[in-house]
Amino acid sequence: MSILIDKNTRLVTTGITGSEGTFHTLRNRDYGTNVVAGVTPGKGGQNVDGIPVFNTIHEAVDKQGANTAMIFVPPRFAADSILEAEEAGIELIIAITEGIPAHDELRVYQIIKKNGRSRLIGPNCPGILSPGKANVGIIPATFFKEGNVGLVSRSGTLTYQVGNELAQQGFGNSTIVGIGGDPVPGTDFIDVLRLFQDDEQTELIVMCGEIGGDAEERAADFIGEYVTKPVVGYIAGFTAPPGKQMGHAGAIVSGSSGGAAAKAAALEAKGVEVGRTPTEVAEIAMGKLGA
Amino acid sequence: MDLLEYQGKQLFARHGVPVPEGKPARTVEEAVAAADEIGYPCAVKAQVQIGGRGKLGGIKIANNSDEARQHAGAILGMDIRGLTVYEVWVEGASEIASEYYASVVFDRSAKAPLVMLSTKGGMDIEAVADEDPDAIARLHVDPLLGFQPFHGRRLAYEAGIDADVVRPVGEMLAKLYTVFVAEEATLVEVNPLIVTPDRQVKALDAKVTLDNNSLFRHPDNAELRDLSGEDPQERMAHDRGLTYVKLDGNIGILGNGAGLVMSTLDVVKGAGGEPANFLDAGGGSKSDAIVSAVEVILSDPKVKAVLFNIFGGITRCDEVARGLIEAFAIVKPTVPFVVRLDGTNDKEGRALLAEANLPGVYAEATMDGAAAKVVELAA
Repeated sequence: MSILIDKNTRLVTTGITGSEGTFHTLRNRDYGTNVVAGVTPGKGGQNVDGIPVFNTIHEAVDKQGANTAMIFVPPRFAADSILEAEEAGIELIIAITEGIPAHDELRVYQIIKKNGRSRLIGPNCPGILSPGKANVGIIPATFFKEGNVGLVSRSGTLTYQVGNELAQQGFGNSTIVGIGGDPVPGTDFIDVLRLFQDDEQTELIVMCGEIGGDAEERAADFIGEYVTKPVVGYIAGFTAPPGKQMGHAGAIVSGSSGGAAAKAAALEAKGVEVGRTPTEVAEIAMGKLGA
Repeated sequence: MDLLEYQGKQLFARHGVPVPEGKPARTVEEAVAAADEIGYPCAVKAQVQIGGRGKLGGIKIANNSDEARQHAGAILGMDIRGLTVYEVWVEGASEIASEYYASVVFDRSAKAPLVMLSTKGGMDIEAVADEDPDAIARLHVDPLLGFQPFHGRRLAYEAGIDADVVRPVGEMLAKLYTVFVAEEATLVEVNPLIVTPDRQVKALDAKVTLDNNSLFRHPDNAELRDLSGEDPQERMAHDRGLTYVKLDGNIGILGNGAGLVMSTLDVVKGAGGEPANFLDAGGGSKSDAIVSAVEVILSDPKVKAVLFNIFGGITRCDEVARGLIEAFAIVKPTVPFVVRLDGTNDKEGRALLAEANLPGVYAEATMDGAAAKVVELAA
């Protein structure tokens, strides 16, 4: 098994005719993902390398049975596209778009929660890869093979870095989930930790956080209550000066709260070993599973 | 984006939040003219984003033109904890019967706006929160419902404000919430919110943080700048659409993605080096962004060596390599570069760099190896 995406995934990409949308959708298809449709308003009836393009997500669901959406439209249109996918009955919405206004994210999050019929991953995330099964998003899949480590991260490129270190130690992955670094992620660490705990294929979980917010602290509490599988942690930003915003809306430290040391301590208090570098994370994982 | 007090008050006024009448000024003459127009007594307030400016001489009351001239002359150009005062805000002096605290913040953890009200205004609210948390009334608002009049009453009664101003304070909170939503702020804070002896309610200060990602919908707000708080390299980076934070060391850093760049800073520091900056070239960086980034990094004269740490997802390594080759042609760097490329189109990127054979550019296969190399080169 894997979590969230697999051979049953039927993907529609919104913004498929943009250069990035085309490039990554075709890469996802090359990997083996079942890409059934694309959506660009006004370009219905065209196709992108054989993938049919529709004007609305509703059509992509009706005609092609899409059950997963990848959002690739520019930030000013992204909230609308996510809500369209939600209303069209898409179960899993993966929003790659970076730079969506915070108030849009808040509204989208609350509507999805209220209606309770879709799960949103991201926005501002690299997507999901279940090696050997499906890839939805921008994760460079060639670095990863199928295996027993579940990886969840707030940062895209850091996911690749840590995943690559694990791969060099011989580990494969059940699923890699990038939840995104924005202030209001649709899915947080806790949701993904629960899925990995309940997934048979996953034997060890690696969780990569970063400074800012309290998602890691809340995840630590959840691990203490619910997770029995070994968890290895990593936190980026130990040397970041306080009060400086480091790019992600998420990556800001104010005073002592949200700092890397506090997050590492919260995780360690629940028995999670926290590596200080990506290489060390892989070494700790090695010690736990002896791959 | 953090606004100056007067920029925040001008936003407040646009949404009907009562604020004292005032005018901004950048010269002594402008300040005196503003004071004469507003009338005396008036307050001359330094416009810098730092708490406690009053205690440091940044706020003075003027009773006539001569005093206004004297105070504006003293405050303009003054240094307040490392920030230069380029602007003052001149406003009618207010008499104060009570000082309250009010704010609307974007609560990431609860994923909802949080409205707070306290009678302990005029002081450091974080200290109040630590010492007497019950003195702050708090309420999360469902963003799909919005702030209702009953929310205002609940907060006002719970905070224990004077009974005769429950209604105007509640209305003030509703208007602050409107500012928060309409201007797409992540923070709207008033400290102090005052009640005058004739029982008027006014915002005597304004602290507003706007969401940078929403500025395309607010072109007027996008024009607002704070000259005092900007480092020249940070301004240059901002103008070129890069996320750059200046640090104190001598190793220039470029990476893609905030998490990886922060991790790179940690690893470089762990290898015994001192990063000169944080620079996130962002997702999908094209070659011209890389050229800009190299210019920004090298505009810091302390930089002795530069590390490129790229793990491409949406970013394509061949684009990064092309950008670096272009940057060498334009900028002609004299310091060594260590380049680590992995991820999307990495083979193409590495091949381009090998072929270009740029002077002083070292390719490294791993992040740890690249960090060790750049620390050695910067020593």
